[in-house]
Amino acid sequence: MFASSQKDRPPGEMFVWFTSMGLAVGLLMIVGLLGFIVWNGVAVFWPKPVAEIRLKDGAPLFRGSASVMGVITKQQPIDVRNLTPEQLAHPDPLVRMEKQLFVGNRNTYGASYVYFNAGDIDSVQYPEGVLNIERMEWGNALVYPIALELKDGTRIEASDPAFPGRFSEIMVEVNKRRAAITKIEKGRIGKINHRMRNLQLDERYLERNKTLSPAQQADLEETRERIRQLQAAYEPLAAEALKMRERQNDHHLLFRLATGEERRQAMGDFVHHFWPNQMNTLHKIGQFLHHAKEFLVAYPREANTEGGIFPSLFGTVVMTLLMSLAVTPFGVLAAIYLREYAKQGPFVRAVRIAVNNLAGVPSIVFGIFGLGFFVYFMGGNIDRIFFPRNVELGVPTFGTGGVLWASLTLALMTVPVVIVSTEEALAAVSRGVRQGALACGASKWQTIQTLVLPASAPGILTGLILAMARGAGEVAPLILVGVVALAPSLPVDSIFPFIHLERKFMHLGFHIYDLGFQSPDSEAAMPMVFATTLVLILLVVVLNLGAILIRNHLKRKYMASAF
Amino acid sequence: MIMTAPMPEPTAKAETRDRVANPLPGRVEYNATKAIPDPSLRMDYIRVSNFNFFYDQTAQVLFDLNMDIPERQVTAFIGPSGCGKSTLLRNINRMNDLIDGVRHEGDILINGHSIYDPYLEVISLRKRIGMVFQKSNPFPKSIYENVIYSLRVAGRKKKSELDDTVERSLRGAALWGEVKDRLHDSAFSLSGGQMQRLCIARAIANRPEILLMDEPCSALDPIATGKIEELIHELKASYTIVIVTHNMQQAARVSDRTAFFYLGRLVEYDETQKVFMNPSNPQTEAYVSGRFG
Repeated sequence: MFASSQKDRPPGEMFVWFTSMGLAVGLLMIVGLLGFIVWNGVAVFWPKPVAEIRLKDGAPLFRGSASVMGVITKQQPIDVRNLTPEQLAHPDPLVRMEKQLFVGNRNTYGASYVYFNAGDIDSVQYPEGVLNIERMEWGNALVYPIALELKDGTRIEASDPAFPGRFSEIMVEVNKRRAAITKIEKGRIGKINHRMRNLQLDERYLERNKTLSPAQQADLEETRERIRQLQAAYEPLAAEALKMRERQNDHHLLFRLATGEERRQAMGDFVHHFWPNQMNTLHKIGQFLHHAKEFLVAYPREANTEGGIFPSLFGTVVMTLLMSLAVTPFGVLAAIYLREYAKQGPFVRAVRIAVNNLAGVPSIVFGIFGLGFFVYFMGGNIDRIFFPRNVELGVPTFGTGGVLWASLTLALMTVPVVIVSTEEALAAVSRGVRQGALACGASKWQTIQTLVLPASAPGILTGLILAMARGAGEVAPLILVGVVALAPSLPVDSIFPFIHLERKFMHLGFHIYDLGFQSPDSEAAMPMVFATTLVLILLVVVLNLGAILIRNHLKRKYMASAF
Repeated sequence: MIMTAPMPEPTAKAETRDRVANPLPGRVEYNATKAIPDPSLRMDYIRVSNFNFFYDQTAQVLFDLNMDIPERQVTAFIGPSGCGKSTLLRNINRMNDLIDGVRHEGDILINGHSIYDPYLEVISLRKRIGMVFQKSNPFPKSIYENVIYSLRVAGRKKKSELDDTVERSLRGAALWGEVKDRLHDSAFSLSGGQMQRLCIARAIANRPEILLMDEPCSALDPIATGKIEELIHELKASYTIVIVTHNMQQAARVSDRTAFFYLGRLVEYDETQKVFMNPSNPQTEAYVSGRFG
C-alpha cells in the first residue's frame, strides 16, 4: 500500500491553511461587527418588560424607597476597585455583580440609568399595571396610573375598565392636534418667517445708510409696510397655534412612581404609550414596528437623544445623491480623456499615479480643502456677486457650509475611485467593436458615445457604488463643510426654489458622533447610537443594491458574449 | 455606379502621382482580358503605388507594392500568416492609422484620388468603404440599430429611409428572411454565421463603393461559409470587393483575381484561374499547391 509520509506531501500545502485562516479572520470580524450592530440596533425597538425591584432590608435605599421600577438592561461584574472586603470575601458571586436599570422619569430621578448591586436585590416582579409613556420631554416615564382628570372635571380611575380605552383615545387626539400644530408652525408660519427674514434683511440694509435718498426712503417704507402685512398674517396663525397648544393641556394623567412620588402631567406632553407587562408576542411585534417606523420618520427631540432621525436620513440621502451627480460626469470625462485621447506615456502614467494617490489622502484634508476652496472662495464669490446685501450684513448664503459644498467635497474625495473603475471598464471594451464602428464612418467621439460608454456603463456603476459607499459613511470632512447636529429645515422643502443647496444639513454619520460623544447622557443615547448606525449601514446597503440592480440590468442589455 | 457622395475631382497632386506610378505588368495584362463585362468600369479602381508600410520607424511590413484592383470584381489576397495581406487591406480604409507609430511611403488611390490627401477626411473615406472583420463584431444593440449604425453616425434620421436601408441591407446580406420578424432583438441572439452576415449588412448599409473583407469566414462553419461565399458572388455586381483569406479553395471559388503576398512583397497578381492553375512564380506554385505556408 501507499503509506503517506511527510516526504510525499507536496510542498506549500500548509499555506492553503494560512490563506483560509486569513479569510476566516476577515469574515469573522465582518460578521461579528455587523451582528453586534444589528442585534443591538434592532433590540432598541423591542418593547421590554418593566421590573419592580424590592431591595433587601439594610441595603442603601433609592430616593428613600426600597422599591424601584425599571427595565433591566444589563448585568455586569462590579469594578474590583469599588468592592468592599466583605463583598470580595463573600461566597455568593452575585454579590460582586451589579444590574443596570433603565428607570426613566428623568425629570424626577435626574438620570435615566441607575445601577444596583445584584446582592442587594430581594425580589423582582413584573406588575401588570405598569404604563410606559414616551413624552415630548424628559424621556420615558414608567408609572402606575392613578386616574385620568378630564377637562370637564370627570375623573376616571385606573381601576375603571374604561380607563385604557379612554387613555388611548386621548392619546390619538393629542397626537393629531400636535401634528396640526406642527403643520401650521413649520408650513404656513415657516413660509411667512422665510419671507419675513428676507424683508428684515432688506430693512436692516436700508437702515444702515445715514442719509436716505427719496427712492430709498420709499423702499424702506414699502419694506416696513410689507413686514407689517406679514406680521398681520402671522398673528392669527400664531394665535391659532397657541390655542391648539393650550388645548393640549385639557386632560391630565395622575400617576404614581414606584418610589412613591405622585405626579400630575398634561396628556399633551405624551407621545406614545404601551403596557409593557401585558403584551403578547403579536403586541410586541406591533410595538416594535411602530417604534422602528417612528425612528425613521420622526424628527429628533431633546438634543437628538429622543424621537427619530428623519432629517439625518434625508440629509444623508440628498448629500449622497448630489455627490453621485457631481462625481459621475466628472470622473467619467476625466477617465475618457485619460484612456481614449491622451497619448500614453510617462506623463499620463504620472497623472494616473497621482489620481490613485488622491484616494489615499486623509479625508479631513479634503474637508479643509472644501472649506477653503468651495466654501470661502467659491461660496464667498457667489455671495459677493449674487447676494451683496447679505454679505454687507454679515449673513453668508453660499459662503458658509452647506449641502452643495459638502457634496462637492465628497465628490472630489471619491473621484479617483470613479476614474480608476471607468478606465478599467473602457479598456475592457473590445477592439473589434471600436474598429467596426470606425469602419462604419463613425468619429472617435461617436464611437465612444454610442458604443464604448454604454458597454462600459456597468463598470462605471461599479465605481459609483464604491464611491457612494465611501461617501455616505464619511464624517470628518463634512464637519467642516456644512453638517450640523440639528438643522432647522431640510435641504428640500415646499418653499421656492424647493431645493436649497446652501442649507446646512444633518447626516447619519455625524448624528452617531454627536449622540455618542457630544450628548450629556451618553448612556441614555447609546441605544440611539446603535439604531442610527444600523440605519446608516442599511442605507448604504440599499443605495448599493439599487446601483447593483441597475448595473445588472445594463449588463444584460449589453451582454457581450460574442467577443 | 452607386455612390452616396460624388467623388471629388482628383487633385493635381494625385494626377502627378498617377503619372509617375510604375505601370504593373499585371495591369496591362488585365486590360487585355475579356472577363470584364462592362468596359466603363475602371481596371485601376484601387491603385496601390510604390507602397511601403512601417509599424514603427524600422519595422517594415510592406515592401514597394504596386497593384491595380479592378472595379466590381472580387480580388483575393492570399499568403502565409504575417505576409502583410491584412495590413494592406486595412490600409485601404486607413484603419492602420489607429496604431501608434505607423508610417507609409507611396500612395493608394481610389478612383484616381489619393486616400492620403490631406483635404480628405478619413471619416468620409471610411463611409465609402465597408469593412467586414475576421471575428464578427456586432454592436451590443438591436439588429435594426446594428444595420443602420453608419446612417445614425452620419446623422440620418428619416424613419422611412432607415427602414428601407435595413431591408435592403439585410436582403443584400441574405439575412432578411431569417430576422425580419425580430429586427429589434439583440444582435447577440443570432448565430455565428448570421452575425457575420449582419456585419456584412452593416458594411453595405451606407452603399459603399468598396467592400473590404478580412478573413470573413475563418470563424464560421462550412454551411455559414457557403452562404457568405454565395453572398460575395451576388455583391460583386454592386461593389468592388477585396477579400483576405487563408483558405485557398475559397480564394479560388469566389475571386476573379488573386494576389499572392510573401514576406511583405507582392509575389504574383493575376487572374485567379491563372494563379492557381498556371502560376508564373515558383513560390506561388509552392504555396497554392500546399507545399508551404
